[in-house]
Order: sequence, then C-alpha cells, then structure tokens
Amino acid sequence: MDFSLTDEQQLIVETTRRFVQSEIVPLEDHLDPDAGALEPQDYDRLVEKTQTMGFYGLDIPEEYGGPGLDTTTRALMAIEMSQHRAGLYNPCYGVFGGAGLAQLYEATDTQKEQWLYPTLRGEKKGCFALTEPSGGSDPARAIQTRGFKDGAEWVLTGSKLYISGADKADYALIFARTSDDPGRNGVTAFIVDTDTPGFHVRRVVHTLRATHYATELQFDEMRVPEENILGEVNGGFAIANDRLSRQRIPYAAGCIGPAIQAQEMAIDWAKSRETFGSPLAEKQAIQWMIVDNEIDIRHARYCVLEAAQKADSGERFRTEAAMAKLVATEASSRVVDRCIQIHGGVGVTKDLPLERWYRELRIRRVGEGPSEVQRLIMARDILGGSFK
Amino acid sequence: MGIRLDKSWETLNPETIASLPAQLGVYQVADDDCNVLSVGYAGARHPFGIRSALDDELQFHGNQATKFRYEFTSNYRSRWDELLMLHLCDHGQLPEHQRGEEHRIGRLSPD
Ligand SMILES: Cc1cc2nc3c(=O)[nH]c(=O)nc-3n(C[C@H](O)[C@H](O)[C@H](O)COP(=O)(O)OP(=O)(O)OC[C@H]3O[C@@H](n4cnc5c(N)ncnc54)[C@H](O)[C@@H]3O)c2cc1C
Repeated sequence: MDFSLTDEQQLIVETTRRFVQSEIVPLEDHLDPDAGALEPQDYDRLVEKTQTMGFYGLDIPEEYGGPGLDTTTRALMAIEMSQHRAGLYNPCYGVFGGAGLAQLYEATDTQKEQWLYPTLRGEKKGCFALTEPSGGSDPARAIQTRGFKDGAEWVLTGSKLYISGADKADYALIFARTSDDPGRNGVTAFIVDTDTPGFHVRRVVHTLRATHYATELQFDEMRVPEENILGEVNGGFAIANDRLSRQRIPYAAGCIGPAIQAQEMAIDWAKSRETFGSPLAEKQAIQWMIVDNEIDIRHARYCVLEAAQKADSGERFRTEAAMAKLVATEASSRVVDRCIQIHGGVGVTKDLPLERWYRELRIRRVGEGPSEVQRLIMARDILGGSFK
Repeated sequence: MGIRLDKSWETLNPETIASLPAQLGVYQVADDDCNVLSVGYAGARHPFGIRSALDDELQFHGNQATKFRYEFTSNYRSRWDELLMLHLCDHGQLPEHQRGEEHRIGRLSPD
C-alpha cells in the first residue's frame, strides 16, 4: 500500500499541526490539567477560525454542508488534532465542530428536522445509549431494557450504564429489546428527548477519565411515540453495529497523537537529563525504549492508514478497522507508559500531560469494543475465509 | 453508595485549614445555618491542594463562611460537576457567585 500523502493532505496535516501548536497548546498552560473545555471566549474565537479555514464540522457529510473529507484525510487530521493534553477525548476542545450521532443520517426527513439539523447547527446534543449493567461487549444479547407497544406509543423501561454526555444531552439514542428474540433481531433504536417523563440521569460514573464522564440512566415507563423509532422495529442492532465499525478508524487515529507527543517529549528529556555522568539518551535501555516507541507508533499509523484506505476505496474494512483499533489503543498505551518511565518522577505528576494520557488511554482499550472483541471480529473474518 | 457530600460540617478557620493534608478534592463551604455558599474543588493548580482552595474561599466569603466539609479525590473535576448538579437539583439554582456554571453543567435526577 502507498502511504505517501497527497499535496492536499500534506497541507491539511501541516495546517492542523500549526493550529494545535499555536492555538490550543498555549491555552492549556492556563487550564486545570484535567480540564475538558476552553473558556467560552476562546472557544468562540477558535470556532470562527476553523470556520474560516473551511474545517468546521469535519465529520459532516458533504451533502449536509461538511467539508467532505475522505477517511484517510480525516484519520490524518485526528492524529494531529489529538496532540495536546486533552486531545484524546476532546481533540482541540471541539472547535472543529461535531457531526452528531452518525445514525441520524439514516433517519427520516421529519426526524432529521427534529434532531439532526439542530445538532449540526450546534443547538442540540445527543448521546448514544447502548451499554447496560448486564454488559456492553455483546450488547445484542445483553440488552434488557424493554420496549412494549401501547397504542401509538412505545413504553420503555430499564437502565443504561457508562453513557457519556447524557446529563447534557437534549436527546438520547436508546436501544431496547422489543421482541422475544434474545439476540440481534430483537432490538429497536429509539430517539428519545431527555425531558421525556421517566428519563432519569441517576448519577455520574467516575472513571480514569476525569472530564467527559459517563453516567447511569434509568427509564421508568417512558412513553415514546412510534415515529421516534430510528430505522425498523427490531432492526436497531444493525444501526448500532454500523456506527461502531465506522468510528473505529478515527477513534484509533486519535490514540496516535498523544503517543507521538509523548515520544517527542521523551526524546527531548532523554537528551537533556543526565544520570551517572551522561545523558539518558546514551543508555541503551533508554534507546531501546525510544526505538520500541517508534515501532509502536509506526505500526499503529500503518494499521490506521490501511483501514482508512480500504474504507475510502469501498472495500470491506471490518477486519482492518478492528486491527487499527486494537493496535493503536494498545501500542499508544505502551508508548506513553515507556515515556513516563523515561521521565521518572516528573512523568507521573500533573505538571506534564503524560499521566492524563496514561489514564485516558487505558479506557480506550475497553471503550468502543474491548481489545478481546476486536480480536473476535478479526477471528470471525479470518476463520470465515474472507481474509485473502 | 450515596452520591451527596453528606459528611458532618467542620469549623472553617485558618487553623482547621492548616491541619488538613494538601490533597486534591472537592468541598462545600457554608454559613452558620449550613446554607451552602460555595461548591468547589481543589485541583492540581492549587499549590497546597484543599488547603489553598479553602484559604481562597475564606478570603472570598470573609466572616460569612464558617463551615466546610470535604472529600479527597483525584477525580475532582467529575466529582465537582456531580456536586454542582446535585446542588442544582436540590435547590433549583447554584450559589450566587457560581450561577455562571449553570449553563455548563448537565442535569441529574438522582432520586
Ligand atoms: C468512560 C466510558 C464511557 C463510555 N461511553 C459509552 C457510551 O457513551 N455509550 C455506550 O453505549 N457505552 C459506553 N461505554 C461502554 C463501553 O462501550 C463498554 O464498557 C464496553 O463495550 C465493554 O462492556 P462492559 O464494560 O459491559 O464489559 P463486558 O461486556 O462485561 O466485558 C468485560 C471484559 O470481558 C472481556 N471480554 C468480553 N467479551 C469477550 C470475548 N468474547 N472473549 C474474551 N474476552 C471477552 C473484555 O476484556 C471486556 O473488557 C463507555 C465506557 C466507559 C468506560
């Protein structure tokens, strides 16, 4: 595969890198090390800049007014946009805009008017509520939230766990079991306004990620109109699954940025810090850590770009996307871990971003399908004979 | 597990503040009648953690602030947001000088 960048991609990468280094990194010097948002005036100023650059709403498809980036260019940008302290879960603090929940592009025109377009205009926020206390790796079997038809409405009862952003959301995409089928054919997706009676955000779930926390939801006989069903009754799982596969590529790419930054920091540190009469960079143990980092970073980058190129060329990319997610999350975790080791004491302090990346990268190996599930996806494809 | 900060109140003065370890965490500051005046956090930018944060509160509120209660946590950001949301849910609004946070935080319905 040819991983060389086109002139346009090179320009986009360089512009994004400059933006991150000149606009985002200096602001972080004044923020709490665990901050999840910029000051409102900084946010507004930078949104104006990304709009002028023509990069606002990166993930919005072209026909909806987005810049229409291909997956490869989007992945390259994700690698750049995550190269700052909050970059893993909040690349550039959202100043490049969001695209809303990908599933809403499959919605009816009326549903788009109600939820998608206001989201694209920044007037509404949504959350994605799939995982339940009974499990998230195998949601098709684990979902216990029930939906019963009652006249023109559906009545939803149950709970969800680890749902990001539900406390600030105007609507939730909720997956509920609506038939006796215990697997993927019995699940329906509902778009539910969060002010619907019976919708409760019960608590914040505190994790290694201090901002963008998760929440626990409870639904008490929540009445939802039939027209809020997204897609077909009992066809919701395909919608959930589709989103998860598509998002694996930028999700994986976003893990590489902190690894690159950590490696640059470790190289600088190793060259300047002396122990036993010489710089760390002259010790073979340190050199090997730096080399292992480089191997991990390049491996992750190749996997991400391979998956992205397959997606762009219309080929099947499920195995490649799963491999990119697995490799990028695990390799970047190892890189940041080694960089902390090279830094010694200062590596574990909140004076540097390493400790935040270390904590947050740990979540990446569980979220959006744990490593074992990525292996399961690849094994199915490989053993199923599609890996030729 | 209760999610409210419902420990007993302690007296807020320079001596009790100085006796605290310099850790990260969250706290509430209140007046004599236990009306909450501030829901705050001691983060990594406070040189002596909760001690520095409570010193600032004492400066800000003066004699009106007489009580405090706290919880140590390295997850001070998410716990702070949770306490703000709980306060909003229980009282309908945040303490006066924190009203600006109302647009930023989410909504909980814990009970
Ligand atoms: C901070 C955070 C935010 C999140 N945000 C959201 C959100 O917004 N919306 C949402 O719906 N979900 C969200 N999640 C949930 C996340 O997707 C799930 O945690 C994840 O899918 C794993 O599900 P689980 O935690 O129930 O683990 P389980 O399904 O119980 O699995 C536990 C472990 O078992 C192992 N395992 C599972 N299956 C296999 C197998 N076949 N073979 C071998 N080992 C296996 C894996 O190591 C896995 O980690 C979030 C989670 C976190 C931590």
